[in-house]
Amino acid sequence: MSDLFPAGTFTPAPGRGDLLTMLRAQGGLETRLALRNAEQVLLTLLIPAALLVGLTLVPAVPAPEPRVGWLLASMLALAVMGSAFTGQAIALGFDRRYGALRRLAATALPRWLLVCGRLTAVAAVVGIQVVLLAVLALFLGWTPSGARLDGALIAVLLGTAAFGSLGILLGGTLRAEIVLAVANIVWFVLLIAGGIVVGVDDLPGPLAAIAAWLPSGALAEALRDALGAGVFPAPGTLLVLAGWAVVGGVAASRLVRWR
Amino acid sequence: MSAALEARGLVVRYGPTTAVDGIDLDLARGEVLALLGPNGAGKSSTVEVCTGFRPASGGRVTVLGHAPDDDAVRPRVGVMPQGGGAYPAVRTGEMLHLVADCAAHPIDPGRLLDVLGLRHRARTPYKRLSGGEQQRLALACAVVGRPELVFLDEPTAGLDPQARHLVWDLVRALRRDGVGVLLTTHLMDEAEQLADDVVIIDKGRVVAHGSPAQLTAGDQTELRFRAPAGMDTAGLDDRLPDGYATTETTPGRYRVQGRIDPGALAAITSWCADQGVMADDVQVVRRSLEDVFLDLTGRELRP
Repeated sequence: MSDLFPAGTFTPAPGRGDLLTMLRAQGGLETRLALRNAEQVLLTLLIPAALLVGLTLVPAVPAPEPRVGWLLASMLALAVMGSAFTGQAIALGFDRRYGALRRLAATALPRWLLVCGRLTAVAAVVGIQVVLLAVLALFLGWTPSGARLDGALIAVLLGTAAFGSLGILLGGTLRAEIVLAVANIVWFVLLIAGGIVVGVDDLPGPLAAIAAWLPSGALAEALRDALGAGVFPAPGTLLVLAGWAVVGGVAASRLVRWR
Repeated sequence: MSAALEARGLVVRYGPTTAVDGIDLDLARGEVLALLGPNGAGKSSTVEVCTGFRPASGGRVTVLGHAPDDDAVRPRVGVMPQGGGAYPAVRTGEMLHLVADCAAHPIDPGRLLDVLGLRHRARTPYKRLSGGEQQRLALACAVVGRPELVFLDEPTAGLDPQARHLVWDLVRALRRDGVGVLLTTHLMDEAEQLADDVVIIDKGRVVAHGSPAQLTAGDQTELRFRAPAGMDTAGLDDRLPDGYATTETTPGRYRVQGRIDPGALAAITSWCADQGVMADDVQVVRRSLEDVFLDLTGRELRP
């Protein structure tokens, strides 16, 4: 025993780690885990990028000219939905299954910091998505000069908050396999019918009325205002996103289970 | 200095079911307390309350002088939840480093990976580890922050004998270095080997409490031997003082319960000689915690 564990190996010296170190460690690790997951990368980066290139070059869906700015907006909305909602929900569902949250909740890591670390990871992934899609759009001929970048930034932040809180609500309450199925189905349905790849106004009547109230439709329209039309997003779209963020956040804080 | 852990009348209910029904626990720093009982006895529920994961339905628990869910407690306590826990895709080394980063003066994670035999798995994702490797990682995570008090929920469940002895060594080293340890187990030998104090629980209640020596002590020894089946043992009981009882447990196997001292041994062997039989395989057996549990509950500890 003394060979493996010399006297004093475990002499107590408790204490909480440095807050910044903890935030960097956990936020950094969660970001790496998100970027390491092949399905997540497909969902959050490859599909939006491929659709941006494909739909700009091949006019398969209606979009006003210049197409690239309008499609960049749509694909940013898709990317945010993929990372903040679908990817986040699935990761959380399986983290709970494997006891990761309980494990971390049993360390000195304060619970608010656990949430902050997760938000850091989501923000990092969204940041990477924005940069990648914007660079791709530039290559396709997009010019940011006419765009309201301030409006786009607000829309992305509110959209991330709305989708993120709903993702945590879904991933934090149901069984991992169910989360996996529901999160992917919701992603696909909202992509097609939620005002993302087809603009809200181009959807059939009743669907258009619903889509405008969905976070997908609101985020995509807000971004298309800012990046396509070059105007500040309509207040209604931002209010819808803020509303979903509040509803999702309140519900998540009450219903999410550690395990 | 406050006790490491104190529980009085702890009750845990899940809806109509009472999992823990009024348990008292005391653990001093530098001591090992084993919570021993079969599956479903209420061990994990007790640990979950003590580690702040679940509110008590009744009674009072203090950990290092605080409520279990007090944020001031968590940096001072190390927890190994049953079955461990980590991000499914996280590498073994990454997970231990993350937990180490949450502590002010952690033990070098690399050293812990070495001694726990996880070095060669440091880059393996958690979900690809074997159950035993996941257990060892969980143990490393519980102790890496140099806590004053450690909760180990079934630390050796599913481990091979070699890994089990490694965990025992680690628990002894924790005790030696002044760390309080509460461990749950359904293994008798584990409790006997490691614990200063054993609390045996069954169906949420304490059925016995004491040091392993106290629980198995004194006149509770017995003698077992083999001889031809069907002997009339009434004559043997006559030769022994009051308080001894001989039974043929299975044909050809006999058990004498009582205080087995040299006089009793001599009486038994001379009775056998008078019968013209050779007592074979004579064993004086100290009562094990297993027997204690059986006596107290009428059931085997292990299913």
